[in-house]
Amino acid sequence: MSGRMFSRSLVVTLAGLLVVLAGPARAQEEEVTLDPVNIDVTDLASLQSGARTFVNYCMGCHGAHLVRYNTLLQLGLTDIQVKDNLQFTGDKIGDYMRTAMPAKEAKEWFGVTPPDLSVIARVRGADWLYTYLRSFYRDPSTTTGWNNTVFPNVGMPHVLWQLQGVRVKKETPVMRNGKEVKDEEGHVLNTVTFETVQPGTQSAAQYDRTVRDLVNFLVWMGEPSQVERQRIGVFVLVAVGILIVLSYLLYKEYWKDVH
Amino acid sequence: MAEAKVPVYDESSWFGRTLNWIDARFPLTVLWNTQLAEYYAPKNFNFWYFFGSLALLVLVIQIVTGIFLTMHYKPDATLAFASVEYIMREVPWGWLIRYMHSTGASAFFILVYLHMFRALLYGSYRKPRELTWIFGCLIFLCLMAEAFFGYLLPWGQMSYWGAQVIVNLFGAIPFVGPDLAIWIRGDYVISDATLNRFFAMHVIAIPLVLLGLVAAHLIALHETGSNNPDGVEIKKHKDARGIPLDGIPFHPYYTVKDIYGVMVFLLVFSIIMFFVPAVGGYFLEPNNFIPADPLKTPPHIAPVWYFTPYYSILRATTESIMWLVSVAVAILTVMTMFRLRSNALRGALAVVALAVIAGFFTMEAKFWGVVFMGTSVLIFFALPWLDQAPVKSIRYRGPIYRVALALFVVAFFILGYLGVQVPTPGRNLVAQVCMFVYFAFFFLMPWYTRWDSHRPEPERISK
Repeated sequence: MSGRMFSRSLVVTLAGLLVVLAGPARAQEEEVTLDPVNIDVTDLASLQSGARTFVNYCMGCHGAHLVRYNTLLQLGLTDIQVKDNLQFTGDKIGDYMRTAMPAKEAKEWFGVTPPDLSVIARVRGADWLYTYLRSFYRDPSTTTGWNNTVFPNVGMPHVLWQLQGVRVKKETPVMRNGKEVKDEEGHVLNTVTFETVQPGTQSAAQYDRTVRDLVNFLVWMGEPSQVERQRIGVFVLVAVGILIVLSYLLYKEYWKDVH
Repeated sequence: MAEAKVPVYDESSWFGRTLNWIDARFPLTVLWNTQLAEYYAPKNFNFWYFFGSLALLVLVIQIVTGIFLTMHYKPDATLAFASVEYIMREVPWGWLIRYMHSTGASAFFILVYLHMFRALLYGSYRKPRELTWIFGCLIFLCLMAEAFFGYLLPWGQMSYWGAQVIVNLFGAIPFVGPDLAIWIRGDYVISDATLNRFFAMHVIAIPLVLLGLVAAHLIALHETGSNNPDGVEIKKHKDARGIPLDGIPFHPYYTVKDIYGVMVFLLVFSIIMFFVPAVGGYFLEPNNFIPADPLKTPPHIAPVWYFTPYYSILRATTESIMWLVSVAVAILTVMTMFRLRSNALRGALAVVALAVIAGFFTMEAKFWGVVFMGTSVLIFFALPWLDQAPVKSIRYRGPIYRVALALFVVAFFILGYLGVQVPTPGRNLVAQVCMFVYFAFFFLMPWYTRWDSHRPEPERISK
């Protein structure tokens, strides 16, 4: 085997190894299967709907103190529309989206200060948020009366319950060959399902749509420049592609006389 | 006063007159010729020879974007996190500057690792290029320091706790450790004082040293001339004018070739920067978008990918493997003693080895983890003297070196992968095996490069 063949085969082996090894680096706290959400940060109608849900349901407790209200103008809204429909705190369009809830009292009420949501989508990812917001259930043993399968014993109550309705958790043991399946520590493995005991104002499909729009908004808000970034990126790639061709031709032209 | 120089350029044009004016006062033409237009490089550079000039490009990108970031960033524990988001959201083109800088940091390490691997393939570190290699290793150390200090600046949870873990490592040094850690932090925990001094290190202290070392690296390289994939010295065969027969002027041949390399690199760089700047959490960690919280330790602290091979070695050093390490050190000591000529040196080596082995069982495993991690980085300096092969390039080396290098690279990748994962007993075992492979590559090199078979090097470049 020649040295060049060796280095080529090494590169191929390593590339393969990388593909095998490179799983996502996001550390999961618990092994929960996340429902994939198909979001689109260029869908203005969805983003506007998400923004409405956000200011109505989230901002009572959570702020987005790195985001100014006038950022929402990028969603195809006018100053007046933002002020009249989306701005309940602060009086200037250039104000940051702060919550009215004092952090110290919030901590007394919920045990933790509700985190700021400006960049929450960059921490949790869209799928996690989507699954989390659809996994609340009634649990009388907690202080808020609500619990969540994605984030067990979370301090946050089910803020969107009027939309989704009230659900309880049902656990059915996983059966294999007529026997219960146990994990390494001897716990019985269960399949978790939810049963609606009081319907909400939205159907299951409508609620999924509401949460999807909200998550879409959170992802957009985490990095409002991402739309522009990807749009410009296309032009940059085309320009660099042309430069690759030109510089390759220049290189070959000069190197004609090297033997 | 020096004698008047003969004007080189045509005095009838304003451009020629200007160059002559400068040349009479500054060696512009001389520098241009000696460093570029009449610097003869081997004509057979391949793919692996792009990465040096690309690393230089990224250094420039980092400095320029860094200057613009400094204009908006606030090195203050209460303001730092928000100021980075301010750059991302409100500074015109701030997101582009910031992503160039964050992508540039990872790109720098990828390029430098490929550049170093090239040296391992073709023996670029061998005589007479030992100093070029040592300056390069120092650049690598500076780069690690630069990345470490810079990573604290966004003041996210991973910034904070990553810095906490690394500074605590210094606390493992016997006697002076705890005081040293406080001296580095400027406080009992990572705090505003730490952020301020890390900012100073990141934006001025380390970059100054780095630039000086890059200059030294290039001066040393241009003194000896470049190595090449055949590992033969082109200066051995010159024509009547003293020009190497297998050499071509760096400019224009390699400048146009490197421009092509730059364009291909910029394509990859742009794809990452514009479409996947976080690279699935490897270039920008999700947990670093949570502001630093000194009261809340994250369940899993992982350094950024470029540090993970060494971090894995740190974690893999546990009390349970000290016996194996002792056996390895003992065997290595005996093997080395056979090679030493004087009895005094043999005795000194035996005493040192016994002291180290005694230390393995009396001092904490954490301390030895720090020592092994440090060794895994610093050992690169010794390569020119560990390698005893009669040829430089892998093209003429035998199977032993090829297998050793392949095993080393595989171990390096696996260690890197394990460093970002939550440790489990199984993963620890794999990391320990890889750690032995990693060190065996270096410490056994003096023997296996001698035992290996070699094909004769050609007199001239073969291609």
